[in-house]
Amino acid sequence: MSTHQTARSRRTIRAVLVAVSAGSLLAACSGAGGSSSEAGGESINVLMVGNPQMEDIAKLTKDTFTKDTGIKVNFTILPENELRDKVTQDIATQAGQYDVATIGAYEVPIWNKNGWLQELSSYAEKDAAFDKDDLLKPMVQSLSGEDDKLYALPFYGESSFLMYNKEVMEEKGITVPEKPTWQQVADIAAKADGARPGMKGICLRGLAGWGELGASLSTVVNTFGGTWFTEDWKAQVDSPEFKKATDFYVDLVRKHGQSGAAQSGFTECLNAMSQGKVAMWYDATSAAGPLEDPSSSKIAGKVGYAYAPVDKTDSSGWLWTWAWAMPKTTKKADAASKFMLWASGKEYEKLVGEKLGWPRVPAGKRASTYEIPQYKEASAAFGDITVKSIEQANPTNPGVQPRPTVGVQFVAVPEFQDLGTKVTQDISAAIAGKTSVDKALEKGQKLAEEVAKNYR
Amino acid sequence: MTTLTPAPRTVRTDPPHRPGKRETPNKWRRRIPLLPALIFTVVVTQLPFVATLVISTFQWNILKPGERHFTGLSNYGFVFTDERLRTAVLNTIALTASVVILSVLLGLGLALLLDRRFPGRGLARTLLITPFLVMPVAAALLWKHAIYNPDYGLLNGTLNAVYRLFGAENGPTIDWLSNSAMPAVIVSLVWQWTPFMMLILLAGLQAQPGDVLEAARVDGASAWQTFCHITLPHLRQYIELGVLLGTIYVVQTFDAVFTITQGGPGSQTTNLPYEIYLTMFRKYEYGEAAAAGVVVVIGAIVIATFALRTIASLFREEVSR
Repeated sequence: MSTHQTARSRRTIRAVLVAVSAGSLLAACSGAGGSSSEAGGESINVLMVGNPQMEDIAKLTKDTFTKDTGIKVNFTILPENELRDKVTQDIATQAGQYDVATIGAYEVPIWNKNGWLQELSSYAEKDAAFDKDDLLKPMVQSLSGEDDKLYALPFYGESSFLMYNKEVMEEKGITVPEKPTWQQVADIAAKADGARPGMKGICLRGLAGWGELGASLSTVVNTFGGTWFTEDWKAQVDSPEFKKATDFYVDLVRKHGQSGAAQSGFTECLNAMSQGKVAMWYDATSAAGPLEDPSSSKIAGKVGYAYAPVDKTDSSGWLWTWAWAMPKTTKKADAASKFMLWASGKEYEKLVGEKLGWPRVPAGKRASTYEIPQYKEASAAFGDITVKSIEQANPTNPGVQPRPTVGVQFVAVPEFQDLGTKVTQDISAAIAGKTSVDKALEKGQKLAEEVAKNYR
Repeated sequence: MTTLTPAPRTVRTDPPHRPGKRETPNKWRRRIPLLPALIFTVVVTQLPFVATLVISTFQWNILKPGERHFTGLSNYGFVFTDERLRTAVLNTIALTASVVILSVLLGLGLALLLDRRFPGRGLARTLLITPFLVMPVAAALLWKHAIYNPDYGLLNGTLNAVYRLFGAENGPTIDWLSNSAMPAVIVSLVWQWTPFMMLILLAGLQAQPGDVLEAARVDGASAWQTFCHITLPHLRQYIELGVLLGTIYVVQTFDAVFTITQGGPGSQTTNLPYEIYLTMFRKYEYGEAAAAGVVVVIGAIVIATFALRTIASLFREEVSR
């Protein structure tokens, strides 16, 4: 190869390099694609989280809602973390790709303040069949703006509680109290560990993420007397209470928790529990539906339920709802509102019950749900405790001290997604045995102080 | 873009059979068909980069509309002082270096084997190439669930089967992704990139002049000597090409990190692309993310140019020897 050739090939390769780097930059910049266009009839785009209840509505819509109203619904289903990426992008940049999106109790106050959401009370009040007053009060509270108007309609609501395998407990001669303390739960986990070959005592979320590990852990922190921030925005991540709670949590999951704990969130625990790999599981009340479904769960009908374990507080369940919100950018507000009212309405619950089975009803949002005889029967084991847990959850004062924002398992400021994700990353590493709780919280405190600065 | 740069030169070196006056319009007439492509390339590659540069000078959190303002170079200050980004740089280097080195070594071994004739060679080659054709996300999911999962994964399943062979009731339940997250990601990437290296090296091996090898044999060189003194120097440029291309792509790895470990435990497997993703989609700090992106691109270009120079000088030494 001559020098001239080398020089030329060098130039060519350099050109390739520049092209490759520019291309990758481009790939990073290109956002969501265009929305689909429809031929005849109205159609709306709905973005939702990939939970079982949403999979159900995606299946049921075509033959019922679309048939009745002629409105075609295009669903996009994504896992929780990715859903947030996409929906925040779409709404914050006013891209207007979606007419309806599922968002949670965390997003509503923040987004509403930014003026991104369409007010929905007027739609809900116009529709007599929707019966707005039937919605549970904590749900309405967490989805309302400061003007007391609804900015999202709940699809289902949940608190958290303890689920356990009754058979295993009976075999081992363990009685699970109706209102256990965390210490009792730890003792039971130790006893139940290894009850069957490979079975672990308890499943607790260990996957990093403010909505994964962050949610479970925050409720434990609350009941141990800790908080992320005091009322006047002092960061409390390295406080003795926060540390005690985190130590307890990490210790419990390391000793008696599921295998692969640092990588398991809601879905992984649901699998582990329904496949009989763990004896107990502390998580969302909405998990009871899939656990009681014989088609997907090996332990359907054998599950016992207890209130969220406590330490210093009387109750410690979280409060969450997946709710339908309408971005202000939508041009199909009427069609979108029809869909939302239908999906959150009583008739839809009945439809799910009749077509797919009563345990699968998207519950936890209406008082009337718990009066439907068939649902009462199907949810005999968990219905009562679910609705009581939701009613007991106090989003304005979930711990032992006043809080700067509303929310049980989150702090309702935009920075919390990042703070919660980073702190739980380190705690997840502590669960994996790669760092210590002390180090994780020390780092977390610094991050939390940065956030607090913006509000003091 | 590749073809654009040499194009004018080709025109210039043409035999000067046209009168000088007509050359300029003629040159442009030749370029006209190329212009749309050129403009398109500039628009789709350079404009976004300029936009990124502009965004990187803004304090811009999309969750706080109305608070966007020009902040000069403070985002760059953040990029260079942030501890997480430093960790991410180190992780990126470790990940890229080990994946590229391991896959070149494995690829070389496989290429040497495939260079020989044996029945079923075509089939073996096709099968060996397959991992490279699997979509990165699909491959990552496969590794995460089918192989590393502590409950139903292949690794622990095999271990348990072996233990049972020796009479134990159950083998250990090893949590691969928590115990050794980085090696787990590296192995999955090596699996994916080895075929690529193998293909390049195989092409190099098959371009080896047979008469030289024969001459070596006649002169009584052993197989090892032939490999060290003839094959390896011949392969050098192919290896370098593989390393270069592999590095460029592995530096950008996102799918494997995102899917298999989510950057965890802690930030042990968080590489630069994933950290930038977190800045963009968890923190929603567009300015910071853009600044980090710009730094990465500049770094990549600098390193690549540097590497290329070294390689080119090696070439010259090789030729002059």
